[in-house]
Amino acid sequence: MTSGEPDVAPGGRRERLIGGPGIVLVWLYGVMVVGAVSRSAFQIATDFGRAPLAYALSAVAGLVYGFITYTLVRGGETARRAALVCCVAELVGVVTVGTWTLVDPSAFPDSTVWSDFGVGYLFIPVLLPVSALYWLRGRAPRAGRAAA
Amino acid sequence: MFDALTLATGVAALLLAAWCGWAAYRDQPTKDWHFIGMAVVTVLALVQLVGGIVLLVRGEEPTQSTTIFVAYLLGAFACVPAAGFLSLAERTKWGSVTVAAGGVVLAVLEVRLYDIWGA
Repeated sequence: MTSGEPDVAPGGRRERLIGGPGIVLVWLYGVMVVGAVSRSAFQIATDFGRAPLAYALSAVAGLVYGFITYTLVRGGETARRAALVCCVAELVGVVTVGTWTLVDPSAFPDSTVWSDFGVGYLFIPVLLPVSALYWLRGRAPRAGRAAA
Repeated sequence: MFDALTLATGVAALLLAAWCGWAAYRDQPTKDWHFIGMAVVTVLALVQLVGGIVLLVRGEEPTQSTTIFVAYLLGAFACVPAAGFLSLAERTKWGSVTVAAGGVVLAVLEVRLYDIWGA
């Protein structure tokens, strides 16, 4: 990495996003990656025709989770901003799909990771982006560093 | 017989979660004793993995798909060690929170395994 790159902290290293509470986020996002990706891969491979919308949405959710996990582990300001955008997308996704599954259940013959706001996953899908947004905002440059 | 293993692993996972949650509450990182606890839970999950495969080889079948059954067995086995490694990298109370979360995730996996295998 060149020293002039904006996402390299003065110390020469990227800002860590996985220190403290961040490690819990990485763990939960990692679990969701495995859950969403393996679930959608199995469903798409075996019986895609049954609920194409639900399975495709699970696959997209898995990809988003994977990308957020990667940005958290990578660290740095660019990754932090990318993660913020993805967390907003994730939150919009889970709220939209959660409402959609309640209003029009017939569109979803089988459930997705985001069905009913993630009730099948202990509501982790809806709680995770909120806590991640809170955490990432606190890691912004010139924010209160002493607290970390 | 398989259900007994599922119950034992699930209960052990919840105990581990409570123990590490207590450590986090007291602002402590995971210590040697916690890692021994994680090892015990992991051994239970390993016994369950081997036991599940033995049952499949002997011709018994889960109520739901065999692929899903094996995937959950593997996930249950990997769950606590993965959280343990993260807590090794994070020597604060947040490492303890991670292992506690890992215990809860494993307990959920065990509930799912119970459903997948069927009574």
